[in-house]
Amino acid sequence: MGDRIEKVSIIISKGSLDGIYPGLIMANGARAEGMEANLFFTFFGLDAIHAKRHEHIKLATVGNPGLHLATWAGGIPGVSSVMTHYMESKMAKMDFPSIPEFIEMISDTGAGMYACLASVELFGLTKDDFVPQVDDIITVGDFYEMAGGGQIIFT
Amino acid sequence: MTTATLAGTTVELDAEGFFAEPETWTEAMAVELAHAEGIDELTDQHWTVIHFMRSEYFAKGTGPTVRALGKSSGVSVKELYQLFPKGPAKMAARIAGIPKPKGCI
Repeated sequence: MGDRIEKVSIIISKGSLDGIYPGLIMANGARAEGMEANLFFTFFGLDAIHAKRHEHIKLATVGNPGLHLATWAGGIPGVSSVMTHYMESKMAKMDFPSIPEFIEMISDTGAGMYACLASVELFGLTKDDFVPQVDDIITVGDFYEMAGGGQIIFT
Repeated sequence: MTTATLAGTTVELDAEGFFAEPETWTEAMAVELAHAEGIDELTDQHWTVIHFMRSEYFAKGTGPTVRALGKSSGVSVKELYQLFPKGPAKMAARIAGIPKPKGCI
C-alpha cells in the first residue's frame, strides 16, 4: 500500500450524461477513500455546473456506438430525450444521484470545484451562471499549481 | 488475516484492518479503534453513525456507502466528513467493527 494515491484532480470536458457521470463518480469515490479531490470543468463539461443546464444533461445518442443504436435512429428528434429518460430511471433504481444532487454532495464531501477561465470566456459566461458550489473560475496555470503532487485524470 | 488485541480481547482483522468477525466487536473496542484513527473522543454523532453502520451491515450483509449514510443515518454528508475526515464509510466501518463497505457511489 506504499503507492497510495493521496490526491486527484479530475477534468470533465464533455457535456453529455456519459461524459459527466464518470468524473463525478471518481471524485466522490476519491473523497470516500480519504483522498483530496478537485474537479475542473472545461468546454462542454461546464454544463455540469451550469445552474440552468445541469438538470437537462442528455445522453449522446449520435456518435455513440456503445449504445448499439443506428446513427440515423439516434438523430431522430426525441430519441435522445427518451434514451436519457430510460438511462436516468435505470440509474435512479441503482440509487445514483441526479447530476445536480451529485454536484451538491461532492461539494459537501469537501472536494473543490473549478471552472476553466478560457471556456467560461469562450461561452460568454460569468460566475452567476454557475451553481453556488463552484469555488472559483481559474486558469490552466492555477489548475496545474493546484494539481501539484497528485494525479490528473482527464475525462 | 492478522490479529489485534482490543480492550483486552484478541480479534481477527483482514489485511486492511477491518473486522473479520463483526460479532466479536464491543463499544470499548470502538473507543480504542477511534484513537488509532486519530479521533480522540467519540461524540453522540459518531455513535449514531457507528450503530447505523452495524445495523445496516447485519441487515444487508454490507455496510452503507457515504451516500447511503447521508440519506439514512440522520447525519449529513458534510458532517460525516467532519466526523470521519479520512473517508466516512471506510473509517466508520473500521471503528464499527464491520468489513469494508462495497459500492461505488
